[in-house]
Amino acid sequence: MNIHEYQAKEILKKYGVAVLQGKVATTPEEAEAVARELGGGLCVVKAQIHAGGRGKAGGVKLAKTPQEARDYAATLLGKKLTTHQTGPEGKEVQKIFIEQGCDIAREYYLGMVVDRTTSRVTVMASSEGGVEIEEIAARSPEKILREAIDPAVGFLDFQGRKLAYGLGLPQGSVNKAVTFMHGLYRAFTETDASLIEINPLVLTKSGDLVALDAKMGFDDNALFRHPDIREMRDITEENPKEVEASKFDLSYIALDGSIGCMVNGAGLAMATMDIIKHYGAEPANFLDVGGGASKEKVAEAFKIILSDHKVKAVLVNIFGGIMRCDVVARGVVEAAKQVKLSVPLVVRLEGTNVELGKQILAESGLNIIAAHDLADAAKKAVEATR
Amino acid sequence: MSILVNKDTKVVTQGITGATGQLHTRACRDYGTQMVAGVTPGRGGTDFEGIPIFDTVAQAVQATGANASVIYVPPPFAADAIMEAVDAGVPLVVCITEGIPVLDMVRVKRYLDGKPSRLIGPNCPGVITPGECKIGIMPGYIHKPGTVGVVSRSGTLTYEAVHQLTQLGIGQSTCVGIGGDPVKGTEFVDILRMFQEDPQTEGIVLIGEIGGTAEEEAAAFIRAHVTKPVAAFIAGQTAPKGKRMGHAGAIIAGGRGTAAEKIQAFQEAGVHIIPSPAEMGITMAKALGRM
Repeated sequence: MNIHEYQAKEILKKYGVAVLQGKVATTPEEAEAVARELGGGLCVVKAQIHAGGRGKAGGVKLAKTPQEARDYAATLLGKKLTTHQTGPEGKEVQKIFIEQGCDIAREYYLGMVVDRTTSRVTVMASSEGGVEIEEIAARSPEKILREAIDPAVGFLDFQGRKLAYGLGLPQGSVNKAVTFMHGLYRAFTETDASLIEINPLVLTKSGDLVALDAKMGFDDNALFRHPDIREMRDITEENPKEVEASKFDLSYIALDGSIGCMVNGAGLAMATMDIIKHYGAEPANFLDVGGGASKEKVAEAFKIILSDHKVKAVLVNIFGGIMRCDVVARGVVEAAKQVKLSVPLVVRLEGTNVELGKQILAESGLNIIAAHDLADAAKKAVEATR
Repeated sequence: MSILVNKDTKVVTQGITGATGQLHTRACRDYGTQMVAGVTPGRGGTDFEGIPIFDTVAQAVQATGANASVIYVPPPFAADAIMEAVDAGVPLVVCITEGIPVLDMVRVKRYLDGKPSRLIGPNCPGVITPGECKIGIMPGYIHKPGTVGVVSRSGTLTYEAVHQLTQLGIGQSTCVGIGGDPVKGTEFVDILRMFQEDPQTEGIVLIGEIGGTAEEEAAAFIRAHVTKPVAAFIAGQTAPKGKRMGHAGAIIAGGRGTAAEKIQAFQEAGVHIIPSPAEMGITMAKALGRM
């Protein structure tokens, strides 16, 4: 789960991470009032969307007066911003964050993630901030400083000093950097974050360190112990079908093709998409119904697939382990009856109770194209769209 | 021979009183696995269909000589269950539970350091040596005893691979699902080393996925140490680039982790690339000279 910059900064502030003063606004009038509250001088108006690259896309504006802040807010609110992280459809700006300006001496990059190679939370720092950071990481990884944190002892002062000296911070700012990183690590572990990114981290002319931007993402599996963070979810940032699917604990990702897929297991779901492409068509979605899906869950999955009007055929591919084929078959039959099935349906069942499952489908009176293996299923689904 | 489990493996189920624990304990016992004990705190002294239940793993091990554990405990308590099994000295711990918070697993990994236990999973189907011992949730009947080792990050896609092998008359030595979570107990490299050393295993099917760098590390290991034929499939070759928030994920991977890079790494290691998921069995058969 991701949150907005203004929410991330609220959290980080609680952990002693230095941020600038600012407030969120949803109308131009509010934006003007916030700008006055902040002193009426120079301020920054920032579009709040769940993606990086906002600056380049025109989502960050420098306002000299509260009136200017109001005007920028008016242009940004309701506008669709397209950055390299939003996908081509872009994201609509519904909130803006008005923040104090600051005197920037230098900009740095600071990130924190779980590194799956070392199985540890790792701090990454670079003296070269900005969007080009990914290219630097790919081309010259030695320019990214890293410190893996031992969970038994936590983040250590010397690790902070190593990074601070490595970045070339002035002596007077080294201890400030250590404190900053301690706060970041505590925020990361105590909120079960999956990502914290400060890009840029700013060294001000007075030698202070400030998080000019902040991104936070959280481990969905840990949200059960963070009800306060769960409340920060902004579903308008997500695809409505994906939101609907998440209510039923289904893993769904909308795509652009014409074959709707319902599969159990993420690996098999990806492989099913691969084989559809192998036979010359495109999948309309990724949908993993999970291990122990009920009849109702299968029916909901089916409805979500069919609500996508690009879908010209549906491919159900189930290899039952825990998931029993008869349960899947009943769910498919139920859903097909509820939603008037108007596109061809190809079903491939294998595994636990497969014969019973096939029998239920055959006796349903539905027009189902049965497939005997993975390749057969993909071929038949692709043919059905033509 | 086989790896990890065989007919002498004695298994304790952690979370034996839950619906999932009961369903699979029964299925594994029916397959022929020695299911010797169960653990649920507060239920010690009772039994599940004749299998004695204990309050702690240590008690279960002491009373029954269990040398493997399988965990079906719900996600909030699963990390603790893993560490309890490790503390009890269980040599093989298989965690099926899906949805464990990643920072819990970071602590578990640290706890495992220097201890003799091997953890398989979490979020995995388990381990099976066909005809001898099944620990986990995979459908037993699709397997057949034989000489091909299967190792995979995925659950159902592993069943697909095994099913294809069996249909071609090719049996399996041992099949291991290492799990799909970012932080896990056992990596491809660990299992590849065991298959290479196992005299029964003649060929290896490896099923990877996009993301992370475990496949690249596996390719490097194969190149240096594996003399048996390996066939590999990477799922997610056509998956779109995900919408992202920041750069950190890409930075930590240093531009690695795409399907194309993984396939290239395998090609350079002399691995037989499986072109489509429908050809997992046949690619292995050809590599073994059986087609």
